[in-house]
Amino acid sequence: MKDFIIEAKEIKKMLGSGAGQVKALRGVDLSLRRGELTLLMGPSGSGKTTLLLILGCMLAPSAGRVSVCGTPTADADKEGLAKIRRDHIGFVFQSYHLFPTLTAAQNVQLALDIRGERGRGAAEKARQALKMVGLEQKTDALPRELSGGEQQRVAIARAIVANPSAVLADEPTAALDGSNGRTIMQILASIAHERGSAVLVVTHDPRVVPFADRIVHIEDGRLVDDPSDGPERVRMPKAAAFGT
Amino acid sequence: MSLTLTLASRNLFHDRLRFIATLVGIVFSVVLVMIQMGLFLGFGHMVSTMIDHASTDLWVVPKGAKCFEDPSLLDLKLRDRVAATDGVAAAIPLVIGFSDWRLDSGEMTPVFMVGADLRDGGLQPWNVVEGNAQALSERGTVAVDRSYFERLGVTGIGSTAEIRGRRVKVVAITDGIRSFTTTPYIFVDLKNARTYTGTPPDRANNLLVRLNHGADREKVLQAVRAQVTGAEVLTTDEFRSRSRSFWLFGTGAGAALFAGALLGVIVGTVIVAQTLYSSTKDHLNEFATLRAMGSSNGYIYNVIIYQALLNAVIGFCIASGIGAIVVQMTAKSALPIVITAWLMAALAALTVVMCVASAIGAIVRVVRIDPATVFMR
Repeated sequence: MKDFIIEAKEIKKMLGSGAGQVKALRGVDLSLRRGELTLLMGPSGSGKTTLLLILGCMLAPSAGRVSVCGTPTADADKEGLAKIRRDHIGFVFQSYHLFPTLTAAQNVQLALDIRGERGRGAAEKARQALKMVGLEQKTDALPRELSGGEQQRVAIARAIVANPSAVLADEPTAALDGSNGRTIMQILASIAHERGSAVLVVTHDPRVVPFADRIVHIEDGRLVDDPSDGPERVRMPKAAAFGT
Repeated sequence: MSLTLTLASRNLFHDRLRFIATLVGIVFSVVLVMIQMGLFLGFGHMVSTMIDHASTDLWVVPKGAKCFEDPSLLDLKLRDRVAATDGVAAAIPLVIGFSDWRLDSGEMTPVFMVGADLRDGGLQPWNVVEGNAQALSERGTVAVDRSYFERLGVTGIGSTAEIRGRRVKVVAITDGIRSFTTTPYIFVDLKNARTYTGTPPDRANNLLVRLNHGADREKVLQAVRAQVTGAEVLTTDEFRSRSRSFWLFGTGAGAALFAGALLGVIVGTVIVAQTLYSSTKDHLNEFATLRAMGSSNGYIYNVIIYQALLNAVIGFCIASGIGAIVVQMTAKSALPIVITAWLMAALAALTVVMCVASAIGAIVRVVRIDPATVFMR
């Protein structure tokens, strides 16, 4: 039996209106499974980010159905969608989006704070999350005192601290050098394999391919060669990723 | 502790220049309202100072008298009827009125005479710091306040001048009995007051009615009212309230003070609203990130409202310090600013309301945040 965390069926999305209207997604089926790192790859303008936003409950599809952990999102209002994100999904952004005035630990703790988790328990969870990404020595550092790779690791710690069922990452290695990119992908892979989360990485960076359990290509709003029910690997040695 | 307060304070202190501008706005607003309302209270105290210091339970005043300074006269025949009422211990005539004070240099200045029989008490000078109020029973003696020395050409006890062409000598000096008008109060004996104001012997401006110890005030009030025709019988509270109402609202002075206070509130609200809105706009990306992470709108509102409250608390503390200095500076002036605990409490509440109301614009802006924008940057 498949252990789907996020399921999207027949997703269509029109963007804009009138003569400028664009079909961003033209009937996409995609399911994210527990313990699996999925890459969503495609050229610019192919609909990657639009699909990510729909899977992340930030954008409503024009047609089709999305469910997160078995909960359909169609009837949820903005607050309802926020609750689904809060309860089930962690996000990693390309530009990190850390809070510049908060320390690394506070940035991570913020993800618990919005869930109402406070106090020593929350502080300990934040510390553990930072430890998992190898930043236990930098808990009190402000984002400006961290390198790009470290900032992205703090962002990942923030995404996973509440133990979400799914982690959606948007171009997490785009702004990083090879060494940092590899570290980030190793962490994301371990989140999928060791913690059992469904991880989706939206990218056009071929260096991340060796870390994928599944690769999904999208072009012109359609998935191409997406054997969702079977293994689809473009295997190359992980050691070869990021130029090593 | 929730991180909302941490986030709010960091947002606030991050841009120090804007934070200072916000504080200046709040402090300006609160100090302006504080001064206007302090003047209002001070004026209210000043206009009723004679009523407050009179040793009496009831006032018999000419019909329609609007304030203590009203020059209308009563027929003194009333006095016997009032004094004969059950429960009344004494009915003391009070003569007041404007007169002319001629300095030794020949210069003239208007003064306001206050005269009651010293044996009966009633209304005597208080805060006597030099000389003796009992000496006023002698003919041609007066008590003046030290704050009017220069105005009256007086240097201390024994100084002389003329009132209506009659020689007077200063025998008592008070401290802090100031008039809210530019006219100094001069305390004299009842007889002297008649002479200096030209009040006939069978007339007086007011009767101060003192009740027997343990008398039922309400009953005696009704009994005295039944005895008196062509005049009004008021309790001290009623007369004080009427006097304040006349000077504060009848003259428009109170309305002007309230208008100033309202202006302060408006200016403060606009400044805080503007700076909070601009601060929120600068942090929109962070708020969108919070929203993308799944925070509720309420969580984000809390951050903004905490910012507003921090503004309010810090601004109010600074304004209170300035207010305390202003109170000290005006304590000996013609119109001291009075700041009571109630006024401070009301101002604190007003500051909070003003700052939180100012957050509405910022909150409306945040409501429209699209969390998806964090993926576009």
